Amino acid sequence: MPNSAAQTLAEKIIARAAGRSSVKAGEIVTCSVDLAMIHDSGGPRRVKPMLERLGVQVWDPAKIVLVSDHYVPAFDAQSAAILKLTRDWARDQDIEKFYDQQGICHVVLPERGHLSPGMFVVGGDSHSPTGGAFGAYMFGVGATDMAGVLATGDTWIKVPQTILLRWSGSLGEGVTAKDMMLKLCATLGMDGGDYQAIEYSGSTLVGLSMQERMTLSNMAAELGAQTGLIAPDTVTAKAIADAGGDPGNWQDWSGDEDASYRAVHDFNAADLPPQIAAPHSPANAGSVEDVEKTTVDQCYIGACTGAKLVDLHAAARVLKGRKVARNTRLMIAPASTRTTTAAAADGSLAALTEAGAILLPSGCGACAGYGAGVLAEGEVCMASTARNFQGRMGSRESLVYLGSPYSVAATAVMGHIADPRPLLAEGKSA
Amino acid sequence: MKTRLTARRIWKYGDGVDTDLLAPGTYMKGSMEDLAVHCLEAIDPGFAGQVRDGDVLVAGKNFGIGSSREQAAQVLRMLGVTAVIARSFGGIFYRNAFNLGLYALVSDDIDRIEKDHNISVDPLAGRITNETTGEVLACEKVPEHLAAIVSAGGLIPHLEKTLRKAL
Repeated sequence: MPNSAAQTLAEKIIARAAGRSSVKAGEIVTCSVDLAMIHDSGGPRRVKPMLERLGVQVWDPAKIVLVSDHYVPAFDAQSAAILKLTRDWARDQDIEKFYDQQGICHVVLPERGHLSPGMFVVGGDSHSPTGGAFGAYMFGVGATDMAGVLATGDTWIKVPQTILLRWSGSLGEGVTAKDMMLKLCATLGMDGGDYQAIEYSGSTLVGLSMQERMTLSNMAAELGAQTGLIAPDTVTAKAIADAGGDPGNWQDWSGDEDASYRAVHDFNAADLPPQIAAPHSPANAGSVEDVEKTTVDQCYIGACTGAKLVDLHAAARVLKGRKVARNTRLMIAPASTRTTTAAAADGSLAALTEAGAILLPSGCGACAGYGAGVLAEGEVCMASTARNFQGRMGSRESLVYLGSPYSVAATAVMGHIADPRPLLAEGKSA
Repeated sequence: MKTRLTARRIWKYGDGVDTDLLAPGTYMKGSMEDLAVHCLEAIDPGFAGQVRDGDVLVAGKNFGIGSSREQAAQVLRMLGVTAVIARSFGGIFYRNAFNLGLYALVSDDIDRIEKDHNISVDPLAGRITNETTGEVLACEKVPEHLAAIVSAGGLIPHLEKTLRKAL
């Protein structure tokens, strides 16, 4: 019997931000924003003229994080002008938390300790649900909504229902959070989230690193959800403390046991094979064997969802001592400058470049058709990114397949879409 | 406040028309005018050149899924589109559409509208009249305050107007 006083994690955070003791799904409430994140593409270049038109100032420069990650590094006069405008605005508005070309916003934000459980965070980017991995209610909005947040420090929200996705069992060798997400996209569809909150839970989650959990939360966007929450645990608290942040009373932030959910879906991680999404939707995913042997012109390890340190480690395990096949190319854009530093220090970066990988700058890059590494007409790419929409990565006549960094690395070695598990097993026995 | 609209012409698309089709990333760094020229070109190269003021888009489910870039809604409005009628919308796009002065209307009756039909829409009443077939179709009602935002041309011009009144 559902207890009407019991609340989901989403309801608890929204109630706190709305200054209420409780809220109910379906209500429209106004929330105080704890942190607003914007970037060079949807940020100053869009919101500055709006704020000027209304004659208002930003409400609190200390609660704004600005990251230049889309047009980096500048590749022509237009992109250079966007980066300059962003820099000038940060200076004029006294934005201290400004990260100029340090990596992708969704990775930089937790890396610099800006997220804590229970926070209500608005991001000017659709992959903002990534913050949900830290127990923060974080979601993406367009620039006009963001201008409202920057002017007032508030925004309205329709309290979502929560869809609970429970995973049990341990992932097999060479299978990752990315495979879990592609499986969810195929099962639930890109509208399965229906702009409600998703919450991930279950025994599988306990064993996942923060960066793997971030992949789950990040791709709640691909399920059409508003956010993708994971209740914090000791792994979360440690990661936040290590990044110089404050995990606060993280134990307080979980859903009540008898809270009511719109739906509960159960999945088994133990028997999940590597998943690959065929063009032009993450929901076109299936087992790797369905598309194995498809030859590819480019392999790409990049983006907020697919080029964190754990992702580079996965790729390095496959590529160490091997070479990229002659008929393809492998491009790697580490998700942040700190990712590059760490990968250099632990030797994984050398394993990648010695195999023939081409290193690209940290940023959104080719994933969204910005920056270097885009595709020509007729080209096929295998990528660790989150979206393979038609034309997103370059020519509208190009094809993009999505998979885990293990699968992308195995594809680079074989020259065609490949299951990483045999290569990993071979590596072990050698 | 004039809220009723008559579709000059209908453009019909399927499920999952995403933000990257509406506002391709490759052209996002340029002007809005340059971006608008490429709206939907990957699935309908003739669209941007032929769409006219007062046209309406009718589409399947999850229209505008993907990026938070509100230019996806803005280019449609710039090209003259007054409303998108779809089975469902991506959540971020839905909010962006009203913020940029574009009606996003949820309807289960999209199969009853064809490209060559004449329709008129009353967003406040949640009513679509198909003049060609004589059918009266349903869409979700738009609350008055959202219609006022659309009528002003979007949230920023609406706020500019109301703030000025308040002074």
